[in-house]
Amino acid sequence: MRILAILKIAARALKRNMLRTTLTMLGIIIGVGAVITMVSISNGAKAMVEAQIASLGQNVILVFSGSVSRGGIHTGWGSAGTLTIEDANGIQREVPGVVSVSPEVRTGSQVAAGNQNWATQILGEGADYLELRQWPLAEGAMFTDQDVRGANKVAVIGKTTSRQLYGDSGAIGQVIRIKSVPFVIVGELSPKGLSVQGGDQDDVLIIPYTSAMKRVTGQTNLRSINVQAEDASVIATAQQQIIDLLRQRHRITQGHDDDFNVRTQQEIADAVTGTQKVMRLLLLAIACVSLVVGGIGIMNIMLVSVTERTREIGIRMAVGAKGRDILTQFLTEAVALSVVGGGIGIAVGVGASRILAAINNWPALTDVQSIALAFVVSALIGIVFGLYPAQKASALDPIDALRFE
Amino acid sequence: MDTVIQLEHIDKIYQTGEFAVHAVRDVSLQIQKGQFVAVMGASGSGKSTLMNIVGCLDRATRGRYLLDGLDVSILNRNQLAEIRNQKIGFVFQGFNLLARTSALENVELPMLYTPKMLRSAEQRERARRALNTVGLAEREAHHPNQLSGGQQQRVAIARALANNPALLLADEPTGNLDSQTSIEIMGVFQKLNDQGMTVVMVTHELDIARYTKRMIVMRDGRIVADEAVNNRLRAEEELSRLRDEQRAVQLAS
Repeated sequence: MRILAILKIAARALKRNMLRTTLTMLGIIIGVGAVITMVSISNGAKAMVEAQIASLGQNVILVFSGSVSRGGIHTGWGSAGTLTIEDANGIQREVPGVVSVSPEVRTGSQVAAGNQNWATQILGEGADYLELRQWPLAEGAMFTDQDVRGANKVAVIGKTTSRQLYGDSGAIGQVIRIKSVPFVIVGELSPKGLSVQGGDQDDVLIIPYTSAMKRVTGQTNLRSINVQAEDASVIATAQQQIIDLLRQRHRITQGHDDDFNVRTQQEIADAVTGTQKVMRLLLLAIACVSLVVGGIGIMNIMLVSVTERTREIGIRMAVGAKGRDILTQFLTEAVALSVVGGGIGIAVGVGASRILAAINNWPALTDVQSIALAFVVSALIGIVFGLYPAQKASALDPIDALRFE
Repeated sequence: MDTVIQLEHIDKIYQTGEFAVHAVRDVSLQIQKGQFVAVMGASGSGKSTLMNIVGCLDRATRGRYLLDGLDVSILNRNQLAEIRNQKIGFVFQGFNLLARTSALENVELPMLYTPKMLRSAEQRERARRALNTVGLAEREAHHPNQLSGGQQQRVAIARALANNPALLLADEPTGNLDSQTSIEIMGVFQKLNDQGMTVVMVTHELDIARYTKRMIVMRDGRIVADEAVNNRLRAEEELSRLRDEQRAVQLAS
């Protein structure tokens, strides 16, 4: 039988009962649409997280201050204040492959400018910090090593904080008060967006860590030390050397736990993408279930169709159709249902992921691969779920089929 | 003369539940090319079962069946389908046309299943010729529900002719038609027979059987009579006589 004739018969049979055809296809449309949307959402989310992790900086090793246990209560990393400026200098001096070291203290505080005030995060950092985080300035300049050494009252302001305090009038040269200590704003950061955890990274005020320790918090310990390695290949050895150095400096003997915590960027990325992978698998599993349900819908409707058209099958067999011809005809109908449904599903999925991406502000990543896969899978569903009804049709006895009312 | 159908000791036994129904018993029969045969009998006489066997829709339980010289009693399902497609044209009591499909496409149906594919233009051409033979050329685009019973049966006959079969089989072809249309259909069969087509027809109406050349009567699965038709009716004559009568009735009133 000619392929064109087979397709024509299938199209006519499907058109004859348009509502039924549409409803049957809906199962596949939803299934394929869900798969495409899931894949593109998780691709988009992954790309966003990767961008955020990259925004931590290049080849960065984070050294956090340790947790303390007081009366059985463990505080979180960074709370104990076991790291000192000397530790940071030690790393800079003694660990090979380290390009720059930026000690960090953090505190939350109310800041004021003119008659405006705003609660923001104060980051006390080294002069290399922006370079390390690959965070460009929008305006002005970063404070210098000299400012750090002199604990000068200078600050670099984040986009959000700037907008809250100064509106659109520009923050450079303005005076900002942190706990009534006046700082002069020397630079304004370009916006960086949300962090991995979803916090606003632009809601900050960056000052020299020395100024933060002496003039704002009065503490002598660091929260963490940001270390930048030369390149990716030395990160692992540098990490180990930092651990060894700090254990030695903190006089931690064998068998006792570290009072600090060294993390590489890669470890953070792995942790985040790991949870994402689980989410992705879960969503894909749900989407696959709906595809299978769609397939069952096709099988159901094809079985009904075979029964309804028993007489037609009998006529075709009487004039010479072989079992194979009948099988091909019904299989073609099932595949046409699933492939057309799949095609529409792809369009719906791409559309839905675009809309979701626009709403959630992440890139819509519908790759050709997943579209091709969805198409092949929907064709396969047609074959798998259409085979049994088609086989049933082809096995009919022509005499019985002709007598069927 | 060539023998188109040769049945040798054909038996057909149906197993329905615990009872075995012996539908056809030891039937032997020869039908030559160019014959026009009526198979008659009451319902349950086995005539339809015999027709199904002759039409290769069913297989005999015992016996040998040569169709056009080929032993079809040993063929499998697919081979039988090919024989039906190539050698046999079927006409049914209930027409059995595909609904919502044009007359032309109904006639093309057997050509969709030929072992050697035809070009679609040639298919169309052959279907038109077949429709022309039965006098329905101008109705090719009509669907079955737009045609009268007689016209539908003509389409069915055209479909039966589509693959130039060796044998035309008709199972009660006039069963659903009024008497005048029945005569018209018998006229079509007579015309085809005059052109050399072998026609075998099942009927229980003696009036209809009188248009054929040979009458076979079955009872309880056996052939009880097999004779040439005397005083054979010609459809054209009968139709013109009918028309004269109708005119007379109209004039009288």
